[in-house]
Amino acid sequence: MNRRLVLGMAASALLAAFSARSQEKVVRIQARKFSYSPSRVTLKKGVPVTLEFTTADVAMGFNAPDFNVRTDILPGQTSRVRFTPDKTGTFVFLCDLFCGEGHEKMSGQLKVVA
Amino acid sequence: MTVDRRQFLKLAGLGGVVYASGLARAADSYTSTQDEFFFVQLSDTHWGFEGPALNPDAKGTLPKAVAAVNALAEQPDFIVFTGDLTHTTDDPKERRRRLAGFRDIVKDLKNPNVRFMPGEHDASLDRGEAFKEFFGATHYTFEHKGVSFIVLDNVSDPAARIGEEQLAWFRGELAKRKPEDRIVVLTHRPLFPLYPAWDWATRDGDQAIAALMPYHNVTVFYGHIHQEHHFKTAHIEHHSAKSLIFPLPPAGSLPKREPVKWDPAQPYRGLGFRQIEAEARPVEYKLTELPVVKA
Repeated sequence: MNRRLVLGMAASALLAAFSARSQEKVVRIQARKFSYSPSRVTLKKGVPVTLEFTTADVAMGFNAPDFNVRTDILPGQTSRVRFTPDKTGTFVFLCDLFCGEGHEKMSGQLKVVA
Repeated sequence: MTVDRRQFLKLAGLGGVVYASGLARAADSYTSTQDEFFFVQLSDTHWGFEGPALNPDAKGTLPKAVAAVNALAEQPDFIVFTGDLTHTTDDPKERRRRLAGFRDIVKDLKNPNVRFMPGEHDASLDRGEAFKEFFGATHYTFEHKGVSFIVLDNVSDPAARIGEEQLAWFRGELAKRKPEDRIVVLTHRPLFPLYPAWDWATRDGDQAIAALMPYHNVTVFYGHIHQEHHFKTAHIEHHSAKSLIFPLPPAGSLPKREPVKWDPAQPYRGLGFRQIEAEARPVEYKLTELPVVKA
């Protein structure tokens, strides 16, 4: 492989990384007994995203098992998870910190598009 | 006439007029040995739940289950309830009312040797405080005819963790046993990640399973998922029990975890309890699923 080709490939990779970073999305989600707002979030495959969580009342959880990300959402704090969706489709996220009578219905969806 | 336990249970299971007289003698002449016995597992009774579309007999199902256990041809050595005795409530007073209501109903069990453990509905909102007032410790051990039973609490932590302190206790209890000893773990949630998208997992369950790996004869009985399910992690078997309030669908079969609706044409379908026959040579547990109400 000649030097020019290697440099070209490296430049392309850097450009792609820069492009993905420049598109990076921040989504703010508020949890409250027993829902997330918004509860449906659309993301783009390959584009990093930061989800920022707050809770309006009690301690909650956020767990998106398909992307192996989770966090506690504690009163008075902002919690963040950052990840890059690596597949398209619709994926469930849920509260995984038992938070009260409606806990089992507390979930949402991540829709990842190409 | 003498019959061994396996023959007896087979006859009892068949029932019917043909065996009726033989059964009476069998029941009288049965003697338990050191190595074999049976116990009954009931789970997820959710006392206090209300929802006619899911169970229009929510107040009657638990008493019917108690009657069904009492009506067994032979009484079990003991009975276990693997959690979610009550349906959750945010009101601590109501939680205690429900725990008291549950306790008063199961007092009618003929066999007073009953073991309890909490589910997340009983314990996750107050870290097991109310449960302990009624039923004592949330994790403990007991021995029965050569089998070590270890009750693990994976619900008092609202994050579905067993926790470092209890895991250290668990490892200490296991260290007292030999690798060939017979060990049964009773717990509420699955210790393995059955389906985390529906919260069917224990966050640090892998550590409990790792601790059990050196032991050759380990079986886990649990509840939580409101249906029968059988799975193996290496040589360790995991068996979940049906609920006594409403069934849940198989993991991932629906976009959301929604309970199965009551079918008036088949009342109590999907509900039930389990008889577990423990054999020592070879070590095995024979499971018999029993309905709340006989068809």
